[in-house]
Amino acid sequence: MSSIKIELRQQDIDKIKEIAASFGNREHELINVLHKCQEHFGYLPAEVQEVVAEELKAPVAKVYGVVSFYSFFTMTPKGKHPISICLGTACYVRGAEKVLDEFKKELSIEVGQTTGNGKFSLSSLRCVGACGLAPVVLVGEKTYGRVAPDDVKNILKEYND
Amino acid sequence: MHLLVCGGTGCRASESAGIEAKLKSELEKRSLDQSVQVISTGCFGFCEKGPIVKVMPDNTFYTQVTPADAETIVAEHVVKGRRVESLIYTDPSSKEKVEESAKMGFYKKQLRIALRNCGFINPENVDEYIARDGYLALGNIITGMKPQEAIEIMKESGLRGRGGAGFPTGLKWDLTARTEADQKYVVCNADEGDPGAFMDRSILEGDPHSVLEAMAICGYCIGSDKGLIYIRAEYPLAIERLKIALSQAREYGLLGNNIMGTEFSFDIELRYGAGAFVCGEETALIHSMEGLRGEPTLKPPFPSESGYNGKPTNVNNVETLANIPVIYLKGAKWFSSIGTEKSKGTKVFALAGKINNVGLIEVPMGTTLREVIFEIGGGIKDGKKFKSVQTGGPSGGCLTEKHLDTPIDFDNLIAAGSMMGSGGMIVMDEDDCMVSMARYYLEFTVEESCGKCAPCRIGNKRLHELLDHICKGNGKLEDLDRLVNMSNVIKDTSLCGLGQSSPNPVLSTINNFKDEYDAHVTDKKCPAGQCRDLMEYFIIEENCVGCTACARVCPVAAITGERKEPHLINPAICIKCGACMEKCKFDAIIIQ
Repeated sequence: MSSIKIELRQQDIDKIKEIAASFGNREHELINVLHKCQEHFGYLPAEVQEVVAEELKAPVAKVYGVVSFYSFFTMTPKGKHPISICLGTACYVRGAEKVLDEFKKELSIEVGQTTGNGKFSLSSLRCVGACGLAPVVLVGEKTYGRVAPDDVKNILKEYND
Repeated sequence: MHLLVCGGTGCRASESAGIEAKLKSELEKRSLDQSVQVISTGCFGFCEKGPIVKVMPDNTFYTQVTPADAETIVAEHVVKGRRVESLIYTDPSSKEKVEESAKMGFYKKQLRIALRNCGFINPENVDEYIARDGYLALGNIITGMKPQEAIEIMKESGLRGRGGAGFPTGLKWDLTARTEADQKYVVCNADEGDPGAFMDRSILEGDPHSVLEAMAICGYCIGSDKGLIYIRAEYPLAIERLKIALSQAREYGLLGNNIMGTEFSFDIELRYGAGAFVCGEETALIHSMEGLRGEPTLKPPFPSESGYNGKPTNVNNVETLANIPVIYLKGAKWFSSIGTEKSKGTKVFALAGKINNVGLIEVPMGTTLREVIFEIGGGIKDGKKFKSVQTGGPSGGCLTEKHLDTPIDFDNLIAAGSMMGSGGMIVMDEDDCMVSMARYYLEFTVEESCGKCAPCRIGNKRLHELLDHICKGNGKLEDLDRLVNMSNVIKDTSLCGLGQSSPNPVLSTINNFKDEYDAHVTDKKCPAGQCRDLMEYFIIEENCVGCTACARVCPVAAITGERKEPHLINPAICIKCGACMEKCKFDAIIIQ
């Protein structure tokens, strides 16, 4: 499963228990429980999945099966400023791939990775529904529209803190 | 007076929330905040020119507004009654200012039924929906109609499912109504996963109550008291507005027990998707709602017999539902008078790509592609030549010049080798390579295939590999036959709609752009100049002044030449990174 090993604190375990209980510990609420856990922890490491499985009386394999099936769930922590590049068709035909390449070059990471200092992570997504602004890049909650490869350096500069 | 500010996702991304706040504070400063209301509405559709502010009742349509313009709008328009000329839309062909949206090329040919309230009402206020006859259809039906009578009207209207397949809605309701069970479910499919399509999101953000009302009507017809909306977790604004709408509807007794004092009870819950395209397929969606991996199962049994928790379930798409309340208010005859023989009503399209007016449009079925692209869409960006239009997303196909006069409806698009799909419409120009386009869609399918059945899991992967070979100049002539054969096998043998339609982008591009495939395979050239491995960089002698900038930036020393003499690129060494072209100030480097 995940290569990162973490130790859950008692308060983390209690939090998972609390989330599971708020959905009545019902197995068919698994996806809702995972959504809440990811909201809380930022990602879903193996250790969290194990507690979820125990609380819902479901096999760990089933929990892992669901986590790995849906692209919204992630098992690696995201950077402080998660960068998402829209690769929906509208953005793609307006040159999103070149923008993505520029981010990869500038940050020296691939899609799905986080920079060594934990500052940026890079992901692609399919359509944010702002096709009028294509190509679109999201950094955290902020949306950048009509991004050209030349803009990439300046966008990253904004997060130099 | 009302100032309507677009609160759709596109406009929000360009600071429409800031405009709203600024308008409010400017009004307050002048003590006008009691007489002039600022309302955040759903999407107006004209995303290309967003953010949009509309002034009512004089119907002025301001485009590309910035927060800094808010003061001018208040000082000039609100206070002095003078329109702000600089913010008024200029028609690109006549160069005339057009103040009213109804007179703009973008809106002229549109007929808004599903989007009737988007951009008109405040989606967070149920009173505004009610003021536009909201919940009237539900009231009429539950107090004065038998379920079967209401189903008959739905059948007569000829409404077909807007999610992609076009299954008749009335028939679906009838099938679920006829199945006996102690519990039935109404499900709204709001898992819009088609890249480049955002109509469902805009309806939920701009007019959530129309979907809730239609679900309640469906519940009454099929004998269900429980509705579920399966929505993408990636749509936070739509989720927030749905939550507000649900609590307001419950507060008014429009949802819950004994609606409007009748025997009929109905309530709705939200369920969140987690980013899986295949969950748009109804059996996969149902499994996902049950907390499982979203894998489809064979039909039959259809969800109308055995769906959520094994109970009869009626699944309708957001846009389908948004049409329903109006059909009951205006009648089946009115609805079936719009559109073509077998496709009634209108269809919402997300128009995007290399087109001047990107946005969300709604046109009567039977409108031609030419009207949509050149009249509503305002033609191709930067005066380039039209090449292809892709409809139906990853399940659809690429149509060409010769299809432009085809009237759009479910059956015509299938006959032309594409499909309606959920309504994504991406326009491409001469610079787009159709082989790369097919590869792009296959990449999507490979990523989104759930992996349950072999034809889709393995077949699409092989298709993608072949296309990748061709784009990189390693394709052979027989690969084209293999692509076609394999595509047909995948279509015939896949378990669900995803695999059955995933080869469409390949087949349609081979059929319509055979010469482009030939050029890639035999001449090792990409006519559109997009496939990097098939291009060569050249220096035009006459333009080169010998500044040596290119030679210095070249990472592999492929460029040679004396100072102040024309330089030369050695294609055997060149890695086609494009750094030289970026650096050249004299436009001396081109790609061929």
